[in-house]
Amino acid sequence: MTSYSEYTEYTVGEPIKDEQAPSGPVHERWDTRRFQAKLVNPANRRKHSIIVVGTGLAGGAAGATLAEQGYHVIQFCYQDSPRRAHSIAAQGGINAAKNYRNDGDSIHRLFYDTVKGGDFRARESNVHRLAQISVEIIDQCVAQGVPFAREYGGLLDTRSFGGVQVSRTFYARGQTGQQLLLGAYQALSRQIAAGGVEMHARTEMLDLIVIDGRARGIVARDLVTGKISTYFADAVVLASGGYGNVFYLSTNAMNSNATAIWRAHRRGAYFANPCFTQIHPTCIPRSGDHQSKLTLMSESLRNDGRIWVPKAKGDTRPPAEIPEDERDYYLERIYPSFGNLVPRDIASRAAKNVCDEGRGVGPGGQGVYLDFADAIARMGRKAVEEKYGNLFDMYERITAENPYEVPMRIYPAIHYTMGGLWVDYDLQTTVPGLFAIGEANFSDHGANRLGASALMQGLADGYFVLPATINDYLARNPHKDEVDASHPAAVEAVRETEDRLARLLAVDGDRTPDSFHREIGELVWEFCGMARTDEGLRKALDRIPQIREEFWRRIKVPGTGEEFNQSLEKANRIVDYLELAELMCLDALHRAESCGGHFREESQTPDGEAARKDEEFSYAAAWEFTGTGAAPVLHKEQLTFEYVHPTQRSYA
Amino acid sequence: MASTFWQSTVGKKIVMGVTGLIMIGYLVVHMVANAKIFFGPEEFNAYGHWLRVMGAPVLHHEWGLWGARVILLTSVILHGVSAYQLSRRDIKARPEKYVHSKPRMSYATRTMRWGGVILGLFIVWHVLDLTTGTVHSGGFQEGHPYQNVVDTFSTWYGNVIYIVAMLAMGMHVRHGFWSAAQTLGAGNRTRDRAFKALANGLAIVLTVGFISVPVGVMTGVVS
Amino acid sequence: MKLTLRVWRQKNADTPGAMATYELDGVSQDMSFLEMLDILNEELIVKGEEPVAFDHDCREGICGACSLVINGDAHGPERTTTCQLHMRSFKDGDTIDIEPWRASAFPVIKDLVVDRSAFDRVIQAGGYITAPTGSAPEAHATPVPKADADYAFEHAECIGCGACVAACPNGAAMLFTSAKVNHLNVLPQGSPERETRVLDMVSQMDAEGFGGCTLTGECATACPKGIPLFSITSMNKEWLRATRKVKR
Repeated sequence: MTSYSEYTEYTVGEPIKDEQAPSGPVHERWDTRRFQAKLVNPANRRKHSIIVVGTGLAGGAAGATLAEQGYHVIQFCYQDSPRRAHSIAAQGGINAAKNYRNDGDSIHRLFYDTVKGGDFRARESNVHRLAQISVEIIDQCVAQGVPFAREYGGLLDTRSFGGVQVSRTFYARGQTGQQLLLGAYQALSRQIAAGGVEMHARTEMLDLIVIDGRARGIVARDLVTGKISTYFADAVVLASGGYGNVFYLSTNAMNSNATAIWRAHRRGAYFANPCFTQIHPTCIPRSGDHQSKLTLMSESLRNDGRIWVPKAKGDTRPPAEIPEDERDYYLERIYPSFGNLVPRDIASRAAKNVCDEGRGVGPGGQGVYLDFADAIARMGRKAVEEKYGNLFDMYERITAENPYEVPMRIYPAIHYTMGGLWVDYDLQTTVPGLFAIGEANFSDHGANRLGASALMQGLADGYFVLPATINDYLARNPHKDEVDASHPAAVEAVRETEDRLARLLAVDGDRTPDSFHREIGELVWEFCGMARTDEGLRKALDRIPQIREEFWRRIKVPGTGEEFNQSLEKANRIVDYLELAELMCLDALHRAESCGGHFREESQTPDGEAARKDEEFSYAAAWEFTGTGAAPVLHKEQLTFEYVHPTQRSYA
Repeated sequence: MASTFWQSTVGKKIVMGVTGLIMIGYLVVHMVANAKIFFGPEEFNAYGHWLRVMGAPVLHHEWGLWGARVILLTSVILHGVSAYQLSRRDIKARPEKYVHSKPRMSYATRTMRWGGVILGLFIVWHVLDLTTGTVHSGGFQEGHPYQNVVDTFSTWYGNVIYIVAMLAMGMHVRHGFWSAAQTLGAGNRTRDRAFKALANGLAIVLTVGFISVPVGVMTGVVS
Repeated sequence: MKLTLRVWRQKNADTPGAMATYELDGVSQDMSFLEMLDILNEELIVKGEEPVAFDHDCREGICGACSLVINGDAHGPERTTTCQLHMRSFKDGDTIDIEPWRASAFPVIKDLVVDRSAFDRVIQAGGYITAPTGSAPEAHATPVPKADADYAFEHAECIGCGACVAACPNGAAMLFTSAKVNHLNVLPQGSPERETRVLDMVSQMDAEGFGGCTLTGECATACPKGIPLFSITSMNKEWLRATRKVKR
């Protein structure tokens, strides 16, 4: 122990509890809460301002809805337009318990599936509310003109997705996220035109301003002029997305970042379950060291493709020359009943295992085959083309290989982060007046998210949950005092931000921001990726402070802070990754169980499956920041399951 | 309403489309009538006379002709002014060229602006030559269009001006007719081949039809 | 691969720019175009020079941020976004010219980065359906014929990258505007605002200083999402129809 950094230590603080979810039957809790919540008189709403950071599904929907209600919304995004938030890249679909198929779906079943899929690490009240709201989301989106896929009768089409037994996923070809986001963006645009939303694009939040214990504003940098400004409001909503980019290579957008939530964490918001990250099994493998990001291929490909690797190690023959009996269809072999359709985490880990054995294919041996030869023989090329044509085209564009003739190569990649800022039932963080919605919070997916549920959660939070709960906060916490940039807390936050940027520019070292990003990313991927061990995590925790130290010694950021400077933006985000990575590894280390996306090699069943330890770890881990490199405080939120009783997953 | 039209780029384009179609309609009639020149001076001159008594006895002498002239002149002016204003706007909307530039649009598309200017100048010359006789070569005779036409096309420059202008007209009609269809919202994927064929057909028929007159004079078929 | 890059460098909106030449070695065929620029930037930073600024985000062809004119073509030689263009489309020894979108409605911010907020304002003028949260009827209350839903989707695919404007010799935004007009106007949900939408969006488009359409077809050729040129025809029809229906 002593050979490692002191940071691996942490202290356990007071347990934390969600005080906002009412008691009573789970299906009545949301109604009860909405009734209990105090309202703000419509005439008074325009006197309240709310800051919303981010314009993805959650942020866009929240900004539009709050402005419709009459609040003055001040909204930010780092992109040049709110339409470009990374929700746009979601492909598959959005779940809703509409039961249009009459196939036995219900709110309760969606609730059940989500709790179980999350491996019993999510709060039942929140998940049930999500399932309830799912049906309203579809109505709302259709009314906005989202062009969902339809059947010839003119009604909405649905499909089954991610291994669930009902067809509850609504979709718009392979671009559901795009269409839903554009719907929210258009609603937001309407409010911008109407004056209800003051939109600041190309403006990045760099710090949170907390005054008298309440979130009252943010420090933000205009990315075009470099000007650092303060903005004030009665409440602050973070909808800034997940932190998957800490891994450097992920399916996140290049500029998606953790700065907003990390800075809020530093200002007092607890960060929950940072080690719960989701790895998607079907991404296009990296083609070389130049790789800047990874591209996801829809999971639906596993419905007809067969996954295999050569039986022999280091077999470099082209796939067509490997005879049938020298191929290992490992998922079909290990999981005969589910075969290629096992859940994301299992498929991902199995791919990692065969590649670790030296049986991986493609450059660097980091890939497995996803073969459609049998499907083409069975259904005919035409049928395969109809079903997967655009995915095959996308694959061919990126790899220059024709998947109709050569098997696809796939490899898992970081895709989503279930962890995030701890929030109560009202989506309020531990800093009063600071709310976190969408992927930025930890609330609904537990240790693993089901396919087509991210879009559902983002829109549920943004359109329906937050607008209802934030009223209560504003009604109960009237602000008599006007605050401005001269307030000591604001002055301090601005000074810290300016100092940080000035320091980054002043080091003038010899390493680029990307080189550090890549280094920290590879480290976290290696030790806090698909499979984690006590030893590996300790190694990572030992190494991270060293990288951090080196960063501040050798970083090179050209240009100045008073201009458009993408290197400075990057470097500043890496500062936060270098701290967040540490908390992720610590969280992963302390959670000595396997659950959902978090697989600890020490905690597995004899046949190699994830073994949950409910007696010890049936809690959400909410971490309190105490200083860079200092031991954080762990606050446990005990989870109780009244409706869906924990069982061990089995897919054999 | 009128201001919505005139202030909008789309509206101005519609003005151009409608006036363009009016002019194409006129060109078709004009070309067909021109063909009468191949049937001798009497028939051609009689047609010239009829233009003046068109609509009689309801219309007074030359009212029909002047009516047509007003419509045409208005069309030319509206078409030209719209084109000028839109072009100014287009150039302003894209002041900087790409360093790496390459020609890409079809010839007819690229020549719309200059082709239009050439046609405008041609119309002025054509009117001064054969309507008013102001710049006519040889003695212009009111009421003897046949002879006037033969005179014009007996000069080398008369032929050159006319033939060049008719080629420009063909190009202009080719892109213009198809464009008008799009501007007026008539085009779509299924009809596009038909519109393109119609535009090409019109361009060719009009060009050949008009050019046949100077060629006729030059070859002595018309004299 | 070894390449010669000629890149537009411009410090900011107020400073005139010029092409700068860089030699770049060790480029792999498998790199995306932007990864190739990443390499250039890494080299520039280490040399103490300012890296080339360019917009990019999702790098999977859907966010619409990337916006480079490569050898005179918006998004380069393939029909895709810049981020999905790979270096295998080029040859060893090639000289590649990289320029920003050019249009007065898209002023240059720095190097290859332009300001496309004009597009946002066109959408704000009417590119939405007024459906406040909570007011929606049951989704199946209004069936939409599949053909109409597909037509709407085909136009809704627009990613707002601005390649249409960059490619248009007139700097026109007709394809962008028409894509949104057609997406919403064909749906029953969009029909109450059908006339005002097209009139307001077109008038905002004009106010932003975009040029007019001369139907050169360059926009549709450059569009990475394949929005058809007839989208413009349909918008013209909608506009004409709206001027007849709405008294202003």
